[in-house]
Amino acid sequence: MNRPNTIALAVFVALCGLVTGLGFLAGRWRRGDLDSIHEWGLAGRRFGTVVTWFLLGGDLYTAYTFMAVPALVFGAGAIGFFAVPYTVITYPFVFVVMPRLWSVSHKHGYVTAADFVRGRFDSGALALAIAMTGILATMPYIALQLVGIQVVLAAMGVTGQGWLSDLPLAIGFTILAAYTYQSGLRAPALIAVVKDAIIYVTVIATILVVPLQLGGYAKIFAAVPPEKLILTAASGDNLGQTSAYATLALGSALALFLYPHSMTGILSSSGRTVIRRNAALLPAYSFLLALIALLGYMALAARVDKNPAYAAGFSQFGANFAVPALFLSAFPAWFAGFSFAAIAIGALVPAAIMSIAAANLFTRNFYKEFLRPNCSEKEESTVAKMASLVVKFGALLFIVVVPQKYAIQLQLLGGVWILQTLPTIVVGLYTRSLHRWGLLVGWGVGMAVGTWMAYELHFKATVYPVRFGHTVVPGYAALWALGVNLAAAGVASMVLRAVGIDGGRDATRAEDYGPV
Amino acid sequence: MRFDVSPPRAIRLAYRTLDGTPMGASKGFVWRWYLLLAVEFIGMLWVPFYNAVEPKLWGVPFFYWYQLAGIIIGAALTAIVYFATREVER
Repeated sequence: MNRPNTIALAVFVALCGLVTGLGFLAGRWRRGDLDSIHEWGLAGRRFGTVVTWFLLGGDLYTAYTFMAVPALVFGAGAIGFFAVPYTVITYPFVFVVMPRLWSVSHKHGYVTAADFVRGRFDSGALALAIAMTGILATMPYIALQLVGIQVVLAAMGVTGQGWLSDLPLAIGFTILAAYTYQSGLRAPALIAVVKDAIIYVTVIATILVVPLQLGGYAKIFAAVPPEKLILTAASGDNLGQTSAYATLALGSALALFLYPHSMTGILSSSGRTVIRRNAALLPAYSFLLALIALLGYMALAARVDKNPAYAAGFSQFGANFAVPALFLSAFPAWFAGFSFAAIAIGALVPAAIMSIAAANLFTRNFYKEFLRPNCSEKEESTVAKMASLVVKFGALLFIVVVPQKYAIQLQLLGGVWILQTLPTIVVGLYTRSLHRWGLLVGWGVGMAVGTWMAYELHFKATVYPVRFGHTVVPGYAALWALGVNLAAAGVASMVLRAVGIDGGRDATRAEDYGPV
Repeated sequence: MRFDVSPPRAIRLAYRTLDGTPMGASKGFVWRWYLLLAVEFIGMLWVPFYNAVEPKLWGVPFFYWYQLAGIIIGAALTAIVYFATREVER
C-alpha cells in the first residue's frame, strides 16, 4: 500500500465531491432564516418521517461504528455482537420517552435537552452540568469519526511524511466545517440520504459476494475459534460474559438517545408521530449493523490479517483495518473506492450533527445563560456557528496531535458519562420528585464512580466486576454508576425536602408533555 | 416527503375490541399495549436463553440468527404498539 490506488481514489473523490455540492446547496432546501438558531441548529423542526429516518440513521450509525463493531467481533468474537441487542432495545425506549421530550420542547422552544432541564428544574447550574456532560461525551466521538477517514485514506495508499500525512484529512474537514457553518442541520440531513444509500449498497454487496468467495456462511462461522463463537457462560461464582453482554446492551441502549446529536435528531422532527414511526422504522439500520458486525468474521475467514499486503494497515490501525482490508481483498478497485466513500461520508454526517449539537449546547446553556442573557436571535445563531467551527477544529487538532488511543479511551468514558444525565432528563420528563440539587449530587457521584471504575480498568475496558455476596457480576461501568447516581439522587432529595430547601419553579405543565 | 402510513387490515381488525371501539381509546389500554415493548427487553437481555451454537440455521449459529430475528420481531412489536395507540395520540 505504498502506491495510491488510483481507480479507488477517483471514485472516492468523485462521491465526496458530489456530497460537498449537496452540503452547500442544502441551505436553500426548505428555506428558512438561517440567522435563527431554530433554523440553523434544528432546521426549523420541520423534518418528516422519511428525512428523520435518514438523518437519525446517518447520525447514530457512524463510520466509527461501522469500523469498530466488526473490529471488535474480529478480535473478541461474540461479545462484540452486543451492538445488536443494544440497538434493538433502544427503540422501544425512544418510542415511550422521546415523544414527551419533543412535546415539551416544541411548546417551550427548547433547542437542547439542557434547555428542558433549565425550564423543568429552574436551575442554570444543573442545566450547565447536563450540557457540559453532553459536550464532553461528544468531542472524542467527533475525533473518532476522523479516525474512520484516516483508515480509508490509508487503505487507498494515501500516505505522506509528517504534517503532509494529515493534509487530506484537514482539507476534507475544512470543507465540512464550511458547509455546516453555512447550511446548518440541513447539510447533514441532505447528505445522509446519499450516505445511507451507498452504505446499503455496499453492505448488501458484501454479504452476497464475500460468502460466495469464502464458500458460504457455514464456512465463515467454521473459521471462528469455538471459544469466541458464543459468550463464555457463568462458571462457579462468576457470571462471565453473559452479564457483561446484557449490561453493555442495556446501558448503551439507554445512553444512545441521551447523546446531544441524537437529541438534535429528535427535536428537529416535525412531531411526536414522526418519532413514534421512526422507532419502528430505524431497526432497519440495526439489521444493517448486525450484518456489518458479521463482516468481522468474514475478515477472519478471509485471513486478511495474515496477508502481507495489509500488514502495514493492521500495524497502524489494529483491528480497525479489518473491514477496509476485506473490501480491498474482495472487491474490484472501483467498488472498493465506492465502499470507502461510504465510510468517509458516513463519518462526515455524524461529525456535522455532533458539532451542531455541541454548538447548540454551548450557545444556549452557557453563552446565553451566563454571559449574554439578552442577546439577539442573530447573535445567538452566529455564536452557535462559530462554536461549531471551534468544536470541529478542536477535534481535528486532537486527532492529529494526540495519540489515537486517547480518543478511543475518552469515547469509552463518554458513554459512561452521558448515561449519568438519565435521572435528570428521563426521570425529569415524568416527575419532579427528585430535587434539583439532589440530581446534581447524583450526577456528580455517578460521574466520579464511573470514572473511577474506568481508571481501575486502565481506561482500556468498561466492564467492571462487582461482587454481590458470593457472586461476581461483570457489568458495564456506566450502569453501575447509574445505580449509584440514582440512589444518591434519591437520598439527597429526601434530605433536601426534609430540610426544606427550595426546589425551584417548574416552567412546564403536565399537559405540555402530550397525551402519553 | 410525507405520507400517511395506514395499518394493514389484519392489524386494524386486531386492535378493535368486540364492541367495535378501537383499542387504545382509554389510557388503561395504552399501558397494556406498552407491555409488548417489555417483551423486546426480556427477549434481548436474558442472554442465557440464546447463548448457544445449536440449532444452526443455514450454517449460522443460534446466537446470531436469534438476534437477527430479534431485530425484525422487535420492529414488528413496536409497529403494532404504534398502530394500537394511535387513537390516544390524536
